[in-house]
Amino acid sequence: MATAEEQQDPRIARISSAIRVIPDFPKPGIMFQDITTLLLDTKAFKDTIDLFVERYRDKNISVVAGVEARGFIFGPPIALAIGAKFVPMRKPNKLPGKVISEEYSLEYGTDIMEMHVGAVEAGERALVIDDLIATGGTLCAAVKLLERVGVHVVECACVIELLGLKGRERLGDRPLFVLVNST
Amino acid sequence: MFAAENGLKGDPRLQGISEAIRVVPHFPKQGIMFQDITTLLLDHKAFKDTVDIFVDRYRDMDISVVAGVEARGFMFGPAIALAVGAKFVPLRKPRKLPGEVISEAYELEYGTDCLEIHVGAVQPGERAIVIDDLVATGGTLSAAIRLLERVGAEVVECACVVGLRDVKGQSRLNGKPLYILVEPRQVCDYEYARVDFAENDDA
Repeated sequence: MATAEEQQDPRIARISSAIRVIPDFPKPGIMFQDITTLLLDTKAFKDTIDLFVERYRDKNISVVAGVEARGFIFGPPIALAIGAKFVPMRKPNKLPGKVISEEYSLEYGTDIMEMHVGAVEAGERALVIDDLIATGGTLCAAVKLLERVGVHVVECACVIELLGLKGRERLGDRPLFVLVNST
Repeated sequence: MFAAENGLKGDPRLQGISEAIRVVPHFPKQGIMFQDITTLLLDHKAFKDTVDIFVDRYRDMDISVVAGVEARGFMFGPAIALAVGAKFVPLRKPRKLPGEVISEAYELEYGTDCLEIHVGAVQPGERAIVIDDLVATGGTLSAAIRLLERVGAEVVECACVVGLRDVKGQSRLNGKPLYILVEPRQVCDYEYARVDFAENDDA
């Protein structure tokens, strides 16, 4: 299990407190972890990116895949800093070119995630990034899309892990790195 | 205004950026030559050059807010914000932002849509830029400008990777300057683009 919190990196406390919790969004009972306030704290946002960059810069990663839409906020700065490409993983009908699709389950019903054909090549080493992991359904779909075309997913990386929703379990033996845990 | 007419004439980075953008004909509907920036994001040098050009322009303009329009503005805005020391503020479609928001409606070809910003994200008097991948009719960017002005920000400029010289005959949007890196390409140039995708490979 990998979290930066365990090593007590001094930057984590400020990152954690910059995240705003919004009760009952999008529905009653959910405590929504709002990272937009983190993006307003220039030091905490920079530290967030730096923590990921420090971890991945020497791991020969050529692909950073970011899950729509909040993965688009964290992924590109990491990709730019480590010399990787950025690949957006999107909701259906957003990507204009030929795509491959992966269906995944939601609490009620299913959704679909898409990636452009040709964006990645077999044998590339990838990171998958999103702001948060809850049940792990979205991250798992992204991982599967990449694995289907022969990419090796080195790790999934999130700012926040919501404990108790078995997201880590759903990823199986694929490594997960998070900065902050929340219950 | 175009970057090439504003200090970057002949800058080789602009050609690399332009060529890295893929044109997808007839998306989302017949007649539209869609400027696909996802191929730019695959070209590390061209992507970095894109961000660097914006950063070089805005780093000494006292910008404290970079507002990015969902979703492709999210791909460019944060890297710019981090480099110039500004906050990144996402401008989102309705019901995505979890806290208290203000909304601004804008017209689509058929019907209307809405852009939202979190209350409190921006303080009155802050100097802001708005970033999106592309400007077409200017409807979305105009709504973004209005939102920021409603919360008291001063919108210094709108920045786009791709755009036409004039939006509806004007080189400004709501009186604000537009800064654009490259013009849209037409598909006849596609065969010379460096990134080659298999478009209709059903084999």
